[in-house]
Amino acid sequence: MLRPRIIPCLLVKGAGLVKTRQFADPKYVGDPLNAVRIFNEKEVDELTVLDIDATTEKREPNYTMIRNLAGECRMPLCYGGGVSSPEQIEKIITLGVEKVAISAAAVETPELIAEGARRVGSQSIVVVLDVKKSGLLRRQEVFTRNGTRKTGLNPVDFARRAQDMGAGEIVVNAIERDGMMGGYDLDLVREIRGAVSLPLTVLGGAGSYDDLATLIREFGIIGASAGSLFVFKGKYRAVLISYPNAAEKAELLGAPAN
Amino acid sequence: MIALVDYGLGNIQAFANIYNRLNIPVSIAQDGETLAKAERVILPGVGAFDWAMSRLNQSGMRECLDDLVMNRKVPVLGICVGMQMMATRSDEGEVPGLGWIDAEVKKFDMSNSNQHTRLPHMGWNDVAASEFDDIFGGMEDGSRFYFLHSYYFAPARQRDVLGITDYNGRFASAVRSGNIFGVQFHPEKSHRWGVQLLKNFAEL
Repeated sequence: MLRPRIIPCLLVKGAGLVKTRQFADPKYVGDPLNAVRIFNEKEVDELTVLDIDATTEKREPNYTMIRNLAGECRMPLCYGGGVSSPEQIEKIITLGVEKVAISAAAVETPELIAEGARRVGSQSIVVVLDVKKSGLLRRQEVFTRNGTRKTGLNPVDFARRAQDMGAGEIVVNAIERDGMMGGYDLDLVREIRGAVSLPLTVLGGAGSYDDLATLIREFGIIGASAGSLFVFKGKYRAVLISYPNAAEKAELLGAPAN
Repeated sequence: MIALVDYGLGNIQAFANIYNRLNIPVSIAQDGETLAKAERVILPGVGAFDWAMSRLNQSGMRECLDDLVMNRKVPVLGICVGMQMMATRSDEGEVPGLGWIDAEVKKFDMSNSNQHTRLPHMGWNDVAASEFDDIFGGMEDGSRFYFLHSYYFAPARQRDVLGITDYNGRFASAVRSGNIFGVQFHPEKSHRWGVQLLKNFAEL
């Protein structure tokens, strides 16, 4: 039986890990390799690492860091940040990463999705949609460059387009819920889920294991991703890496332990 | 010595790290000379079929690999696309496979599926092994592994099937034909089950 995936999402800034709120106020939370080692011990389902400066600083992905992280991970790794060409996608896969996330470049040149999928296979191409409500009518819209640039694109339409172009997974990230720990935007998930049959992973807003369970209860096979939930403890946001243990996980998946 | 075939695809370092922690020596083979000394071979893989086959064919190790596996009968373990390459052909591409096992690689048919999420088959799933005296040793109580693929390995001979997984129907997630082993999942990314399987392969 295929299981829902519970996925910590780590944000890289410079050489360290940070956690943001609504894509702002990065707070330092530790060293990436150290975090990977802790998540190995906790047997996490998958790990996502996003370099949040690479695209805005117009620089290449940090290949040395990616190689080190991929070699250390005993779980699948998805890397995103600064990826804008098929050559970069190939290179990142050859460093030992299972999945490459593209965001701004996918929006600006959707053909990159198709070319990436042709070269490395659809299963390794992840399209990340950063979404927030915008305009007088507060309609959901896709943003890029850490939430600073409007695209005018409706996330449902773009998710469908990404699927048609050959993406293997959609990650939908609710900007206004980032770091707020108030729960996922389930309406947004329903809309995207209704439009595509690709694996879907949801990011932005999870503040408790109940939030993960609520998502999984409604959507079944889905990726429940979170940042703050797995790196902070308590209302003062003390840094402490955590992840549901086998019993907690069984409970929130509504499945027998094992 | 276990040789990790480094043809530019797959997570060589993850395998090396796991074996280092187990104190099992490995070599990273980038040429036929290194590969020829291998007593065990791991053929990893991530990516599309033609890309992987082309890179392997251009690696300078193809001839040596065929000789090791087919003539010298050295145990070999293919991972994901590394497994799929052992077939004669794939729905995913045009380039011929290695043809070590009489099998084809087919795309999952999800047209009759009532589940919402279809392809790729992504995430943790169970493997029901039919034997526990080789790579699935110690996993009699069940095992789960990480899968990431849209195509599956379909062996012509039922007796080559070593493990079965259900994804809109049962498919061969592990195969064995003599000295040739293949797994569709990623043991190098499957925590303790994967470590156990890699340890078992080293101790065959």
